[in-house]
Amino acid sequence: MTGSTPAPAAAPGGPSRAATTPPALELRRITAGYQRGKPVVEDMTLTVGPGEAVALFGPSGCGKSTLARVAALLHEPWAGSVLLDGEPARGWRHRAPRAQRTKVGVVFQQPRLAADPRLTLSRLIAEPLRANGRGEEAARRGGELAEAVGLDAELLARRPHEVSDGQLQRACLARALALRPRLLVCDEMTAMLDASTTAALVAVVEAYRAENGAALLAVGHDRTLLERWCDRTVEQGGHW
Amino acid sequence: MSAPSALLSVTGLSVRFRMRGNRYIQAVSDVSFDLAAGECLALVGESGCGKSVLASALLGLLPGNAQLRGGALLGGGEQLHDGAQPEPGAFEARDAVDLIGADERTMAGTVRGRRIGLIPQSPAAHLSPVRTVRAQLEETVRELTGTPRREVRAAALAAAGRAAFPAGHLDHYPHQLSGGLAQRAATALALVADAPLLIADEPTTGLDRELVEHTVTELRRHVDDGRALLMITHDLAAAERIADRVAVMYAGRVVELAPGRDFFGGPGPRHPYAHGLRAALPERDFVPIPGMPPELGALPAGCAFAPRCTRTEEACAQTPELVDGTACHFPLTAGAPAVVGAPSTAAAPEGDDR
Repeated sequence: MTGSTPAPAAAPGGPSRAATTPPALELRRITAGYQRGKPVVEDMTLTVGPGEAVALFGPSGCGKSTLARVAALLHEPWAGSVLLDGEPARGWRHRAPRAQRTKVGVVFQQPRLAADPRLTLSRLIAEPLRANGRGEEAARRGGELAEAVGLDAELLARRPHEVSDGQLQRACLARALALRPRLLVCDEMTAMLDASTTAALVAVVEAYRAENGAALLAVGHDRTLLERWCDRTVEQGGHW
Repeated sequence: MSAPSALLSVTGLSVRFRMRGNRYIQAVSDVSFDLAAGECLALVGESGCGKSVLASALLGLLPGNAQLRGGALLGGGEQLHDGAQPEPGAFEARDAVDLIGADERTMAGTVRGRRIGLIPQSPAAHLSPVRTVRAQLEETVRELTGTPRREVRAAALAAAGRAAFPAGHLDHYPHQLSGGLAQRAATALALVADAPLLIADEPTTGLDRELVEHTVTELRRHVDDGRALLMITHDLAAAERIADRVAVMYAGRVVELAPGRDFFGGPGPRHPYAHGLRAALPERDFVPIPGMPPELGALPAGCAFAPRCTRTEEACAQTPELVDGTACHFPLTAGAPAVVGAPSTAAAPEGDDR
């Protein structure tokens, strides 16, 4: 597997910073799985430099989504270590310390499964702010985010069942950006979407990264898309 | 249309849903197309453009608040109407049936599964989780064909073979199958009764490239065997691989209907939306079409794409008819510049306002 050296040449985060800033994400020799004795990911090492966009590419079932979940502190690996901005991860899921948890924004493949059906889109987008005691920012930041992803006031008042997949995924992306993450993990973000909505969401991610210098781990199986989108592509699959 | 004798002939099909407060959702508007045996038509468009509603309408699976207009004649088109020759090929000639007017008994007893096979989206969810693939195939064989009891097992095996489903996996439950095998199991079920028309609803969603290639190759094989295939998809790459013709749907209307060769190859689509959709592909410009599609519950008067279009003029207040394969007052001509960034007198914003 490639990527054991931090900050490869292609890192766009600005050469002046790259020398001193630790990588946004380091996965060191990760082994993870769900059933004892059947690891889905084995001894995998991957580094995302500061501000870098890395694509993790591979066929379904190769463990790339599991690795994305590990990177987002949503799945505890059996072995290996995860470093965010050079700091080792100190917990997983709800036990992850807030400062680390909020460094990563995640967008999943299926917006329907990732959205609470009871919340309006504006509530959905602002939920991370509320959950972190920053509810008073909800109106302003939520408005900014909605504008960035192209949702108007009328759509924001609706609940998930009243919007299309593409519109809901826009809201899920806005939610992932709400806390200004340093690292964005997009797990098959556009697999359900048409070409135009795909291009639109990728443009939103890139605009955010350009403004905030955030890094990206994009997981997917569409090579054409990932090569166009990211600085570097890591292929997974072969030896699993 | 290009079809000499259409197996499926959809004319002026409209579907609207009556909602609370006397509101209507206009999901499908005045859609017409023909589909011949041995032909694949890809119906492409973004989620929520009405393409799945169209498929449900053809299968008689719409909920009670749906109101339909128009027709969808299945079974032989003009030839059978004149009481003349049966279709050449393996499929027996049957009476033409209007799928839109038919009652539930006709649809359930003679159409679904028998004359139209459905290859569903997310096949793993379509199969019963508590029974093996073999049990489900055998049940389908028993229900749909007159196979004598002692031959059911062999017939189920043959059905699995037609969809390239490996015999060694027949005693597996759906959750034990990979995405590709679940897809083949669902395809095998759709093929059991030798239905001349297949409808595949987003058959490649969520599959990786390699599986998409596989699925598409196998679907194409069934087309080359003489079946007609209506493939509903948002995946232009998959459509390019399989389609003889491409129909682009926008806000419930077919706005472009073109041979696949022209659509993906040289001249390219002539409707600005279809053109923008193709240009948004990562192997092309990778630039989105500005804005979002209108609500099907509040369609603007006239051309539904006008608010997002850079070529909008006064005439666009009138709904354009589908003429020469394009429903646009100002279609692009071959070799025209891209829509996005094209000079325009309209108020629509240029390029990438996202």
